Amino acid sequence: MARKLSMRQAINEAMHQEMERDESVIVMGEDIMGGLGVDWLEGDAWGGTQGTTKGLGPRFGRDRVIDTPISESAFIGAAIGASTTGMRAIVELMYVDFLGVCFDQIFNQAAKFRYMFGGKAECPVVVRTQIGGGFSAAAQHSQCLYPIFTHIPGLKCVIPSNAYDAKGLLIEAIRDNSPVIFFEHKKLYDAETEVPEESYTLPFGEAGILREGGDVTIVALARMAHMAMEAAETLAAEGIECEVIDPRTTSPMDEDTILESVENTGRLVVVDESYPRCSMGADISSMVAEKAFDSLKAPIRKVAPPHTPVPFSPPLEAAYLPDAARIADAVRAVARHGS
Amino acid sequence: MQVSRDKLLEAYRSMKTIREFEERVAKEFATGDLPGFVHLYAGEEASAVGVCSHLVKSDQIISTHRGHGHCIAKGCEVGPMMLELFGRKGGLCGGKGGSMHVADLSQGMMGANAIVGGGPPLACGAAMTAKIKKTGGVAVTFTGDGGSNQGTTLESMNLASVMQLPVIFVFENNGFAESTAANWSVAGGDIVRRAEAFAMPGVQVDGTDFFAVHEAAGEAIDRARKGGGPSLIEVTLTRFYGHHQGDNQSYRTPDEVRNARESRCPLVNFRRRVTEASLLDAAELDAIDREILDQMDVATAAARAAPWPDAAEVLTDVYVTY
Amino acid sequence: MTGERITAITMPKWGMTESDGKLVAWLVKEGESVSAMDEVVEMETTKITGAIEAPEGGTVRRLVAKPGDVVPIGGLLAVMAGEDVPQAEIDAFVDAFEAPESKSGGGEGAGDVTVIEAGGHSLRVRSLGEGEATPIVLIHGFGGDLDAWLFNQEALAADRQVHAIELPGHGQSSKSVGDGGPDALGAAVSAAIDALGLERVVLIGQSMGGALALDLALARPGLAAGVVLVAGAGLGEEIDGAFLEAFGSADRRKEMKAALQSLFADPALVNRNVVEGALRNRRLEGAAEALEAIREAWFPGGRQAHALAGRLGEIKAPILALWGVEDRIIPAAHAKAVEGRGEIALIEGVGHMVQMEAAGEVNRHILAFVAGLEA
Repeated sequence: MARKLSMRQAINEAMHQEMERDESVIVMGEDIMGGLGVDWLEGDAWGGTQGTTKGLGPRFGRDRVIDTPISESAFIGAAIGASTTGMRAIVELMYVDFLGVCFDQIFNQAAKFRYMFGGKAECPVVVRTQIGGGFSAAAQHSQCLYPIFTHIPGLKCVIPSNAYDAKGLLIEAIRDNSPVIFFEHKKLYDAETEVPEESYTLPFGEAGILREGGDVTIVALARMAHMAMEAAETLAAEGIECEVIDPRTTSPMDEDTILESVENTGRLVVVDESYPRCSMGADISSMVAEKAFDSLKAPIRKVAPPHTPVPFSPPLEAAYLPDAARIADAVRAVARHGS
Repeated sequence: MQVSRDKLLEAYRSMKTIREFEERVAKEFATGDLPGFVHLYAGEEASAVGVCSHLVKSDQIISTHRGHGHCIAKGCEVGPMMLELFGRKGGLCGGKGGSMHVADLSQGMMGANAIVGGGPPLACGAAMTAKIKKTGGVAVTFTGDGGSNQGTTLESMNLASVMQLPVIFVFENNGFAESTAANWSVAGGDIVRRAEAFAMPGVQVDGTDFFAVHEAAGEAIDRARKGGGPSLIEVTLTRFYGHHQGDNQSYRTPDEVRNARESRCPLVNFRRRVTEASLLDAAELDAIDREILDQMDVATAAARAAPWPDAAEVLTDVYVTY
Repeated sequence: MTGERITAITMPKWGMTESDGKLVAWLVKEGESVSAMDEVVEMETTKITGAIEAPEGGTVRRLVAKPGDVVPIGGLLAVMAGEDVPQAEIDAFVDAFEAPESKSGGGEGAGDVTVIEAGGHSLRVRSLGEGEATPIVLIHGFGGDLDAWLFNQEALAADRQVHAIELPGHGQSSKSVGDGGPDALGAAVSAAIDALGLERVVLIGQSMGGALALDLALARPGLAAGVVLVAGAGLGEEIDGAFLEAFGSADRRKEMKAALQSLFADPALVNRNVVEGALRNRRLEGAAEALEAIREAWFPGGRQAHALAGRLGEIKAPILALWGVEDRIIPAAHAKAVEGRGEIALIEGVGHMVQMEAAGEVNRHILAFVAGLEA
C-alpha cells in the first residue's frame, strides 16, 4: 500500500530495500553513519548530512555501510573499483560541487571502463549527490552541474523531482549495470508524495508528463518542475494550457515525449536551474530546433539563471534562481508570439 | 625466500616475454604502422613479474600508461595484446582501448590506466571487495614516481591504511616522470619514506633484482592476505626507452641508456644468478628465448594481417544497456 | 439536486478517491433538449475521463462551468428546466446554488480500502455501503485492480455492502500467485469472501473475474445468490492473445496506453492518469512475473484454456451476462453461451471495459438483476 513519504524517506527506503535484497549492495561516503572514531557512540550519529542513510549502518553493519575520510577521489574511486570487481556501491558525493576533487575517477575511469576495455567491464556504481540552490549555501554548495555529467558518454544521469520517482529511479539505478549519477535537489528532500511500500522501479529514458495541455510545452527538471507546475496553474487561469514534462533522466533522454508534445503545442519553454551555457536548456532547445523545427510557432525560450556563480545573500539568490513568475512570463511571451 | 624451479622458469619466461614484446613493439612502431603512441616497459620487467608471481587470477592489479609488462605478468595473452596495439578486430579490447588501456578483467588485470594516479583509488575498491567478501584476495596498484605525487595516490594510501585494506602500493621509480627527474619532483627524496606517514610498512628494493622484488612483494602480499593491511614497495629501476616512443630523451646523457642495458638489465642479472647457482641451465633459457621470439613473429604477423574493427563498433559497449 | 421545476447537473463523486473533476467539453448546447441518460458533459478526473448523463429529460438552460474549469464534487455544472421556466428563475437558482462541503474521499487508500489476510495473500479490498440486502462481491479481470469498478461500486452500494476484491498479483495486493491458474486465484477469492464474513453474495466478475465468479458458484453453490458476467472469460476459446501479452508486459507509458486503449471502444477515455495508475501498479516488484504466470496458466498460446460454457447448467444461481458489442478482447458472441441459462444484455458502442465505458447502463442492469433475485 502506498502512503505519504518525503523524498528523503523514499531514498532511504530504496537503499534499505535494495541492501536487503542484494548483499553485494554497499553504501559509502562521508558521514554516512557519522561519528566514526568516537568510541562511546553507538548507532549512527548522523546518517548522512541529510539523513538519507539513517538506519542503514545499524541494520546492515559497518562492513556494508562505510564511512570514509574526506577524500573524494579515493573513496569514489574505491567505490568504482569495488563495483568493477563484484560489488554494487552506492557512494555519496555530498555536494555535486565537490566533483572538482574527484571527477577523474567518475568521467575517466567509471564512464570509460566498459568502452575502452571492449565491453568486458561492468561498473554498477551509483553516485548520489546533492544539487541546487535556495539555501544561501553560496557558490560552492548550490550548483546543479548535471549538464557536465550528461555530457559524458558512459554515465547515466537521473534527476528526480519527487519522492515517488526518487524511490523507483534509485532502485533502477542500483540494479543498473552501468554507472549512474543520481542528483538530489536539496529543496525537495521534504516534499511528500504517495510512495508504495513495496519495491518498484521506474525506467530510465521515460519522461514524466506532470500536466497535459495543448498551448505551450514546458520542460523542467527537479525543483524547476515544481516551479513550472506553479506557473502552469497561474497560466491556466489566464486561458493558457501548459503541458509540463519532467525528463527525469538526462542520460538517457526521452526525446520522443518532448518532441511529440512540441509537435502538438508548437511552443516550447525549457526551464533549467543549471548555468545557461552548454546546459540542459541549451541541449533540449537545440534538439527540438533540429528535430521539430517545422512544428514550432514561436522561438524557443529558455528560463535559466544568469551566467554567474550562485550568490549568497537571500535577495541576490532569489534574483538569481528561476521562479514561477519568470516561467509564466516566458510562457506568455511564446504564447503571444505571432498573434 | 626459496623459489621453486618451475616458478623460476615461469618468471624468466614472463620477463623475457615482456622484453621481446616491447622490443618488437618498438620496431613495429618505427614503421609507422602502429597507431597512436606507446610507452615501453623494457628494463622494468623484474618489478611486474616479481610482484605478480605471488598473485592468483582472482587478485586484481591496476597498471599505468606503461602497462604492457603488468598485463603480461598477470596473464594477458600476447596475441590479443598485439592485435589491440595495432587497433585490429580481435584485440584484447576490441581495438577500443589501445596500448594505454589494455585490460583483461578475466585475468584480474583491471587495466593499464592513462591517467597518472588514476589507479590507486580503484585498487582500494578492488581490495574493499576482497575484504567485504572475505576472499583473502589482494589488489596491487603499480604507480610511477610521477604518480607518487598525485593527490589521488596519497588519498588512497590514507584510505587504505584507515580501512586496513589488502592493497599493495608498488611505486616503480624509474627516475623520470616523462622528462622530469624524480630527484627533483619527489619531495623528501625517497618515495618509501611516505609509507611511514600513512602508518604502513614500506621497503625500497632494487628493481633489477627479481629476487629482491619477489621477496619484498611476498611479504607484503602475505601480510595483506592475512588482514595486515596495506604496504608500500618502492622499486628503483631504469627504463630502456624514452617516456614514449619518439621521445628524443635529451634529458638523459647519451651513455645512460647504453650503460643501463649492460649493467642494470633484470634479465641479464637473473640469467647470471640462476646459472651461477645452477638453479637453471643456460640451454633451457636459450630454448625459452627462441620460443618467445617465434611467438612474437606469429603475434605480429597475425596483427598485421587482421581486419580493422567494423565501423559499427563505434557505437557498442558504451553502456551495458541504454 | 432536483428542484420542483429546475434540475441541477452537478459533479458526481466519481470513484471515491476524487475531490474534483475538470470539465473537458460540453456535449450539448444551451437550449438543447435532452433525454434522461443522454451524455451531456465530458469530465476528467485523476482516474479517467468520462461523460456525465442527464439525470432526467428536459432542456439545458444554462451551462454554468466552462471547459477547463475544475469543479468540486457537488459543484454546479449546468441547469436543466422546462422551456416555461423564466430566465430570472434560472439566474436566481444559479446564484443561490451552494456547492456542498467537499466530499473528497480523502486520498488514495483512505477509509474504504483495507488490506485483508486471506489464503496466504494480503489482498486489497474496497468496501462500500451497508444494509440488509444481499452483499455484492466485485472481481476484476486480468491486469486490473480495484479501480475497474470506479464507476459502479458506489451506485450499487445504496442499500447493501459491496466489496471489490483485488486479486493476488494485481494492483497493490501481494504478488505471490502460485501457478496463477483458476484454482489458485479462486482459492484466494473464496478465502477473501470468508475473511469478510460473507455467507451469501452476488458475484460480479469482469473478464477473467467472470470466470472466477462462475468457478466460485460451481464450487460453493450455497454462496452464490447470483452471478453477473461482465465480458466474462471462460465461455469460449477466443481471446486477444496479442493484447494479453502486450498488456502483461507493458512497463512504459506508450505501450501501456496502447494496451489500455484496446480495452475501450473510445480510446480517448484513457487519459494520462489512467495510464500512470496502471503503470504504478505494474512496476511493483513481482507484478510483471505474477501476470506472466497467470497469463500462461489461463491463456496459453493466446487461447482461453479454462472452459466453463459446458458447465453453466450445473449452476443454480441466476446469471446475467453483459457485453460490449465492440469488445476487441473477448468477442461478444461468447454471450451466446448464456442463452437459455440467464439474461444477456449487449451494449452498443462500448468495448471490453463495459462497466467503465457504459457505467450507467451496466449499473442499471445489475440493479434490476439484483432486485429480481430478491423479489
